[in-house]
Amino acid sequence: MSITIKDVEHVAALARLELSEEEKEQFTDQLNAILKYAEKLGELDTNNVEPTSHVQPITNVMREDVPRPSVGVEKAMRNAPDEEDGQFRVPAVLE
Amino acid sequence: MASTFDLRLQDLHSKLNGKEVSVAELVEASYKRIADTDFEIKAFLTLNEEQARKDAAELDNQLASGAECGLLFGLPAGIKDNIVTENLLTTCASQFLSNYNPIYNATVSRKLKAAQSVTIGKLNMDEFAMGGSNENSSFYPTRNPWHTDYVPGGSSGGSAAAVAAGQVYFSLGSDTGGSIRQPASYCGVVGLKPTYGLVSRFGLVAFASSLDQIGPITKNVEDSAYVLQAIAGYDELDSTSAKVEIPDYSSSLTGDVKGLRIGVPKEYLGQGIDPKVKESVLAALKVYESLGATWEEVSLPHTEYAIATYYLLASSEASSNLARFDGVRYGVRADNPDSLIDLYRKSRSQGFGPEVKRRIMLGTYALSSGYYDAYYLKAQKVRTLIKQDFDEVFKQFDVIIGPTAPTTAFKIGEQVGDPLTMYLNDICTIPVNLAGVPAISIPCGLADNMPVGLQIIGKAFDEATVLRVAHAFEQNTEHHKLRPQL
Repeated sequence: MSITIKDVEHVAALARLELSEEEKEQFTDQLNAILKYAEKLGELDTNNVEPTSHVQPITNVMREDVPRPSVGVEKAMRNAPDEEDGQFRVPAVLE
Repeated sequence: MASTFDLRLQDLHSKLNGKEVSVAELVEASYKRIADTDFEIKAFLTLNEEQARKDAAELDNQLASGAECGLLFGLPAGIKDNIVTENLLTTCASQFLSNYNPIYNATVSRKLKAAQSVTIGKLNMDEFAMGGSNENSSFYPTRNPWHTDYVPGGSSGGSAAAVAAGQVYFSLGSDTGGSIRQPASYCGVVGLKPTYGLVSRFGLVAFASSLDQIGPITKNVEDSAYVLQAIAGYDELDSTSAKVEIPDYSSSLTGDVKGLRIGVPKEYLGQGIDPKVKESVLAALKVYESLGATWEEVSLPHTEYAIATYYLLASSEASSNLARFDGVRYGVRADNPDSLIDLYRKSRSQGFGPEVKRRIMLGTYALSSGYYDAYYLKAQKVRTLIKQDFDEVFKQFDVIIGPTAPTTAFKIGEQVGDPLTMYLNDICTIPVNLAGVPAISIPCGLADNMPVGLQIIGKAFDEATVLRVAHAFEQNTEHHKLRPQL
């Protein structure tokens, strides 16, 4: 199974990346090399193996739903690339 | 050159207490050393001079007043630039975050403040911690203080180089697949990756959340124990933080390794290892033998699958974690987007460097419809097998010892353009992150005048043993006293 430029374009669209023609070609080659290497895992029979998502024996961590102070609008907006009236401004979403 | 920063923490504290040196003088010494060496080393991305001088003055006043001092009182520290520091730029060495001024502190930043170290500045790294050479910094590569034609390792290359060059007393790094231990090895310093869950990840800009851990880089093992003491512990702000009792690490440094059972994985000394690195590791094992420990060859049979497993899992997690960088709430936004989606695309494409894009692409592919079972789920299952390898060995052995990296530092530019070869440098460190256990890299000699690192791997939450074993070696050898000529 190998990746084509079309696959790279599809994945880039999913990842919200815009790639140059040169990047597309480079990533096609490099991803193919990495995935070919990853095919190694197919040598192992893992039918009866449980997956490990992380090593801590913890599932859900809950706390009481108690209101606490939050950072406030001014601080929250400090790094905003564009803002208006304490809100993040972006291009129009609806036509 | 003898430096105040070569002193052990306790000796430096005696000098501070005896008024032989002030915190202000330590901080000035740090900035002087940076001014003298960092034009070449490039360990720092941002300096915190004004605030550090204020902090130093305050600490000196406190000392004069006789008030009780924190565990890391007055020590000049550098922090890797993916650890969030309030009011101090935190860029992750990425153009995307080149203007990011955090509104809060990471838990470890808060803990360092409580322990009263002084933050000198933020340290260079591979962009978003993706890389093993610091060549992926989007600002400039860091150079190895032992030889400036060579990489310092990565991704915490700035953290290791700054300590090796005597610019700071200690630093913090982060380790996802070896990013503390490998640069510590390449730069001849001590780097500890704690057990997953021991140190809070709150405020560490996430790369691969199931693997990332913060840890100290120091010049000796004793100091590593003190810094770990200051940063370890449960944190409700990190949902994977472990509720475990934190022992007194420095009191575990007894120097006694009599009867210690050491497992030496044959996979770590096999194909691809530099014979001189192997020689240093075998010489280190002889030192342990002379101290009454025993060692045996063991097998971690799934080691050869670790790199593939790691790159699938870490890239998948990264592709999800880095989705937050959209140019809306912080970071650098691209000019003149046509639409909201175009704003995301352009900001991300302009803001991320090639290695970051490559991993986002790999991770997105591995998680995408139709490939999830074949890649992501498969890798999670192999991760279980890799973890079981360690569980088996630890039934019979107290620690696992081997090299930190198969070779010493390589030349800048030597491996650029070949991501797969670069990934193979991490063969001895990656399995440790997948298993979630602690490991330290300590200097164990030089090969062709470049440092070699010895890796000591322990059972989960048994940092006390890892530190004790590392310390015993240090007490009986002189390798950690070697300094680069700068």
